[in-house]
Amino acid sequence: MTAPLLSLSGVSRHFGALKAVDDVTLDVPTGARHALIGPNGAGKSTLFKLVTGSMPVSAGTVTLGGTDVTGLPEHVRARLGISQTLQHSSLFTTQTVEQNVLLAAQRRHGSRASLVPRRQAAARERVDGLLADVGLDHRRGSPVADLSHGERRQLEVAVALACEPRLLLLDEPAAGMSPAESARLVELVRALPETVTVVIVEHDLDVVFALARSVTVLHLGRVLLTGTPEQVRASDAVQEAYLGTGRESLFTDTAGPAALGVG
Amino acid sequence: MESIVADTGATGGRPGGGRRHATLLRAVPAVVVLVLLAAAPFVLAPFATTVLGRILVFALFAVSLDLLVGVTGLPSLGHAAYFGVGAYTAGIVAIDVTSEGVVLVLVAALAGAVAAAATGWLAVRSSGVFFLMLTLAVGEIVFQLTTTLDSVTGGSNGLYGIPAVRVGGTALTLAGYVYWFVLAVFVLGFAALWLVSRSPVGGVLRGIRDNEPRMRSLGYSPFRYKYVAFVIAGALAGVAGGLFALQVRLVTPSEAGFTTGALALLAVILGGAGSLWGPVLGAAVVVLVRDALGPTLEGHGPLVLGIVFVLAVYLLPRGFAGLAGISAAVQRRRAATRRTP
Repeated sequence: MTAPLLSLSGVSRHFGALKAVDDVTLDVPTGARHALIGPNGAGKSTLFKLVTGSMPVSAGTVTLGGTDVTGLPEHVRARLGISQTLQHSSLFTTQTVEQNVLLAAQRRHGSRASLVPRRQAAARERVDGLLADVGLDHRRGSPVADLSHGERRQLEVAVALACEPRLLLLDEPAAGMSPAESARLVELVRALPETVTVVIVEHDLDVVFALARSVTVLHLGRVLLTGTPEQVRASDAVQEAYLGTGRESLFTDTAGPAALGVG
Repeated sequence: MESIVADTGATGGRPGGGRRHATLLRAVPAVVVLVLLAAAPFVLAPFATTVLGRILVFALFAVSLDLLVGVTGLPSLGHAAYFGVGAYTAGIVAIDVTSEGVVLVLVAALAGAVAAAATGWLAVRSSGVFFLMLTLAVGEIVFQLTTTLDSVTGGSNGLYGIPAVRVGGTALTLAGYVYWFVLAVFVLGFAALWLVSRSPVGGVLRGIRDNEPRMRSLGYSPFRYKYVAFVIAGALAGVAGGLFALQVRLVTPSEAGFTTGALALLAVILGGAGSLWGPVLGAAVVVLVRDALGPTLEGHGPLVLGIVFVLAVYLLPRGFAGLAGISAAVQRRRAATRRTP
């Protein structure tokens, strides 16, 4: 196994008495397709924020490619190669689709510090490619305000990829997407080269198992289990975390789908 | 690595044939306005020419504020401080050193930039109400300095006795020549602000206005860009102040005061924040009402401005620039309905 690209060691984040993320230790090797799953409130999104640096850790260290980035501000971590899509669309709503992606692309390909207009041929070419990849090339001139929810999610992915990340964090990228759109997303992420490491938080387990080669289950801020998708599927502890102890009796003992002979 | 990713989909071609043509078409109104402005002294009376010059000065000031308010999303209440610094610097240099126009404009720009760099370092770190309060405080400090530093600024009497501006050694005594000088500097200043707003940095500034946290996660340091915008806006406000000094030849503390900054903000909002050309029209309305209409209304000019402002906010939420946006929006909607029958 190669050296881990992302390494979390004893990472915690407390809000008063609430331990949103509690002593998480996790290694994500280069080229991994790693999924974080867990019930609502498990601390998945908070953990992402600790990795990107938009929220400081209470304890522990975050290491990216061997460099300790725990003390670095968010924009410096982003330049080191962390890119993300957010759970709730976070775009530049007064601007067009093309301008949104260009803002991300010009940092790597363009002359972002130029005070006079530039053609930015390299950046624009990259924008064209990305918009075609995510299936938004026909919408390039539309203002973001005119996009549907699913299209905004696709645009999020294009913006995140335009940063040319080493580590791509996808926070529920398929939320609100139609089945066709999420299939396209899966294909897109699969086509990424091994130099891009992907960590994904997703509730749609079809997407998770289509993409992930390793899965970490979080529960109440702690790591419950890290393993292959098969191990996670088979784990009783995971079933328990998702459904809760005793609660499944609500479904199995009374007139549930099983009792009706549907399931 | 980047090339591999890029190769997966470098197929999107741009239907870019009409691009250059469209840009040229869009430049036509600007050229027409420029020709009309340049021809104005031949048609207008000297007083009207001077008023037009004052409009241009105030317009450049308003457009520099628009870079902060409309493009970057930083509403500043103390922008008049840099206008005042530019005006006093140009006035003092004209009296004591030289009244060569180009020199005056350059020192005014430098003074505005230095003042903005010194104060913006703190102000730009804040946002929202705190930014408003900090810029207000800076404006008040500069205003107080202009009234108390009698020996330098002439105190509340103002700085008077500014000699006529010279260009290449020749003093410009006729209103028409001064106007042309003002117009030339206005065009250059406006062009500079327009280029910045269209540049990659301008794109970053708009990104910060729309979604600052997201810009940070894309790897941009918002502070750096906001600071650059603040200094550029300060420099151009200084230029406008310098033009004011050489045109009016009297600088009083009120030029650096809150009212001047507030009127510029009014011009920006009237004209449409973020469009740059809109605030020019806004400035024209403000100056006309204040200077031309004000005296005939027994000093009730500000009242008229207040009414105009209330009407504009209700009727033109995006200012004059919003009117131009309507036709584009209608066309887009038509195109959209055609696409989805």
